[in-house]
Amino acid sequence: MDKVIKYVLYDILRNRIVLGYTIFLLIMSLGMFQLENDPAKAVLSLLNVVLLVVPLISIIFATIHFYNSQEFIELLVAQPINRQKIFYSEYLGVAISLATAFLTGVGVPLLLFGGGAIRSGAAGIYLITAGLFLTFIFVALAFLASVLTSDKAKGIGLALLLWFYFSLLYDGLVMMVLFYFSDYPLDKFSLAMLSLNPIDLGRVLVLLQIDVSALMGYTGALYKNLFSNFTGVLYACLLMLAWAVLPLMLAKRIFIRKDL
Amino acid sequence: MISIKNLNKRYGKLQVLNNLSVEFERGQVVSIIGPNGSGKTTTIKCLLGIVQPDSGEVYVDDELVLKQWEYRRKIGYMPQISHFPENMKVRQLFDMMKDIRKDVSELDEELIGLYNIQKMYDKRLGSLSGGMKQKVSASLAFLFQPDLLILDEPTAGLDPLSSEILKAKILKEKKRDKLILISSHIMSEIEEVADDILCMMDGRLCFYRSIAAIKEETGEARLGKAIAKLITY
Repeated sequence: MDKVIKYVLYDILRNRIVLGYTIFLLIMSLGMFQLENDPAKAVLSLLNVVLLVVPLISIIFATIHFYNSQEFIELLVAQPINRQKIFYSEYLGVAISLATAFLTGVGVPLLLFGGGAIRSGAAGIYLITAGLFLTFIFVALAFLASVLTSDKAKGIGLALLLWFYFSLLYDGLVMMVLFYFSDYPLDKFSLAMLSLNPIDLGRVLVLLQIDVSALMGYTGALYKNLFSNFTGVLYACLLMLAWAVLPLMLAKRIFIRKDL
Repeated sequence: MISIKNLNKRYGKLQVLNNLSVEFERGQVVSIIGPNGSGKTTTIKCLLGIVQPDSGEVYVDDELVLKQWEYRRKIGYMPQISHFPENMKVRQLFDMMKDIRKDVSELDEELIGLYNIQKMYDKRLGSLSGGMKQKVSASLAFLFQPDLLILDEPTAGLDPLSSEILKAKILKEKKRDKLILISSHIMSEIEEVADDILCMMDGRLCFYRSIAAIKEETGEARLGKAIAKLITY
């Protein structure tokens, strides 16, 4: 497998987008820590940007990369290589390079400035974990969108739609439901809804390590109860893992049956 | 060496392959002919596993090969139109292929020499012309000394001199007991290299006979005319 990954990585490193993404994250993170005196607050601001930018860049870059690798894939499928191997190599190549960019861009500034307070230190670790998970999840979703259609424009459209849904639309829908049914106890329901969106999972995971969770009222207390102990964190991490693995498996199934 | 049984494939409403069954043996050079859209390329792609048939079986050396991949080490494939990663240099492409096919120790670099591929080693594949890409593609197909060569319209984009080189190479490989499948439209070329002709029509087998038999049956000296006669009858 390593041989194919090697060539996928070569190809990604040749164009400068991943490098640009790293520098962008680096400047942004450093900027946040310079502007805020309280590292906890800086982590909070960083969280909002990360939750928006990481999924977007991951899904768009991975989709475009997949379509641009069409020739490479065509060349390899006529060779004695397992199609599954080609698929996983493409996935790991993209996901690992984007994850490395994220680790460098956000992880290094966090290490330099965020370690001050213990609380924000924990939040920092969760921020990195959430960002890494989101990278792997949205690259998987991007690959799913790419194998569903051979048309590049449609594929990128679908990828954007997925991002739009998870970043903006979903929260709106949940808010609407919560608003209309506000007379009923919705704590359990909102917890279930939370599990269905990896971005929200990431957000709650980090928020609860910072003291702002007190602002979230009764539901916040419930979340706090769940996510501040080990089982809760494990639950969130397993859910995130499922969010990466399930779309990837589905995409692989479609890919190995596909006519190229 | 290859046996195809009841192969069916449809793209949407279009039935591209219709219950195709055919067998090929080692030492044969078979030319696959037929009108455009008769399923020649789809048959080849099913053989390679690039396209998955809806039903039917493909055996290579008595092994069922659908969804398998190891059998492809026996195959050298030259596609009709070569798509290569645009940003890769020719040298990197050859290095990568050699790296992937480390199982083959003895390489056949004759075509690389004859086509002067070394001269374009530092060019990007995206900047090569169609014919140059065909040359790269042909050199790659022969490089790993496969038992089975599949050439999809190999001379379509090549200049006359390069076509001659390729034809000579095909004849040379034929003597080494290999199976060579060529899809082509150029009758004179088929007559030069092939022994047998497989004619496809609307995804079905139209006829599959040796060139000598075709000529004898129709009483025509020219292959083109003979085939035209066979198809109309």
